[in-house]
Amino acid sequence: MSNTPSNTPSNFPADLTYTVEHEWLTDGSPATIGITWTAQDALGDIVYLELPAVGTQLTAGSVIGEVESTKSVSELFSPVSGTVVEINSAAVDSPELLNSDPYGAGWLIKVDVTEVGPVLSAQEYEAKVGF
Amino acid sequence: MSTERFTPLHEEHVALGASMTAFGGWQMPLRYGSDLAEHNAVRSAAGLFDLSHMGEITVTGTGAGAALDYALVGWLSTLEVGRARYSMIAQEDGAVIDDLVVYRTGETEFLVVANAGNADVVFGELVERVRNFTAEVIFTSPETALIAVQGPLAEGIVTALASPETAAAIAGLKYYAITTAVVAGLDVLVARTGYTGEDGFELFVPGGQAVELWRALLAQGAPVGLVPAGLSCRDSLRLEAGMPLYGHELDLTTTPYEAGLGRVVRLDKTGPDGEPLAFVGRAALASRKGSEPARVLVGLKVDGRRPARAGYPVAFDATKLDLVIGHVTSGAPSPTLGYPIALAYVTPEVSAVGTRLAVDVRGRGEAVEVVELPFYRRARS
Repeated sequence: MSNTPSNTPSNFPADLTYTVEHEWLTDGSPATIGITWTAQDALGDIVYLELPAVGTQLTAGSVIGEVESTKSVSELFSPVSGTVVEINSAAVDSPELLNSDPYGAGWLIKVDVTEVGPVLSAQEYEAKVGF
Repeated sequence: MSTERFTPLHEEHVALGASMTAFGGWQMPLRYGSDLAEHNAVRSAAGLFDLSHMGEITVTGTGAGAALDYALVGWLSTLEVGRARYSMIAQEDGAVIDDLVVYRTGETEFLVVANAGNADVVFGELVERVRNFTAEVIFTSPETALIAVQGPLAEGIVTALASPETAAAIAGLKYYAITTAVVAGLDVLVARTGYTGEDGFELFVPGGQAVELWRALLAQGAPVGLVPAGLSCRDSLRLEAGMPLYGHELDLTTTPYEAGLGRVVRLDKTGPDGEPLAFVGRAALASRKGSEPARVLVGLKVDGRRPARAGYPVAFDATKLDLVIGHVTSGAPSPTLGYPIALAYVTPEVSAVGTRLAVDVRGRGEAVEVVELPFYRRARS
């Protein structure tokens, strides 16, 4: 949750890669994609989530959905090119999962990857967000 | 730009893990944890707010009431000692410089509370406007902290900390009334006012004693569910209560009539001889009163789940988003009601309750309906 100390290692799991748009993804294909602890912390309580449909062709860097909190709205960018093979409908129904478990139950989509866009390691991402 | 200021409670906020944000020239707590939880705590128990950014200005002297009658749109000289009134300060053209709460703290003393971002401007205007009156204007904001306790349990929390003599006075305080009191051993001014739509109190205390009062209120209230509450939930609470926020529903392009707040303009105010009293903005506001405003403020309920946010265009329907008939001024998901709500200025012909409209939410139309304001009204005991 948002009052977890912001510099604990679990906020930047080492087995994931990250983007400057505050998304995370798993290695390989299909890749699971989500938003980072830092992203959900900045947004506050998330109340609405819009995801692409299964089968949608994604291009790395393009807008694929939106995530909205009580105070603000943010676009979701695809870190990869490929085809959406699964979406997390539990998170669409209960967007608060993105706050409570951004690297687990709050995942967004799974994608059959054809190409990975620019990504950062956990260390690089942590340095980037500046703790 | 002036340097950002910190309230006397800044270290408390940091220690409580608050996310801080810039607001009105101040660093203020946005939220301490979950803004939804803070919102719900205020509706069901109580929230503790640092409002020390607000601008306190005192107007004193035998002519203070007459001076405010001239300086503001309201009829403040008729305010009873110990009572408060919502008012506004207007330009000559009738535009709203700021909305204010004015407390009469004595026969010859008024406390004016301005919005943080407007406090300097309001102070400057008041100094100018009282020149011909026996009144003095003092900017007391720098040495004054303001702490609010809002929610159904607020009375129990504040009175439990009050001295026996003043506890009864606080409990007996009417809405929009103010009294001196001793709370947590400190001399404070306690007002039954707020910006949340709930019962609650605002406590004015010297800045040097703010931490002591804050900690006492937190310790007293926490066991019954009081939580520190940030500006994020303050905004969603006031929106549900249909209260305007300067810079959103009110600004220098808006008169009180468009905002549905024409009642605060007292064109009927008269002097001892029965003559109409002059005040800044009178001529412009008198002529505006007679004509239908070009736009009116309405409440919108969004059918779907995508909130309409400030600045989004309002259109006749979702298939004709380019036919813009207004703009959203504030919008958010309503935690209490469970659907997104918004305030918007629209043309008068589409302002009736029940009118179906659409909001352009980032290129996609979302169906909305004009609804009664306020969106939320607490059940009164």
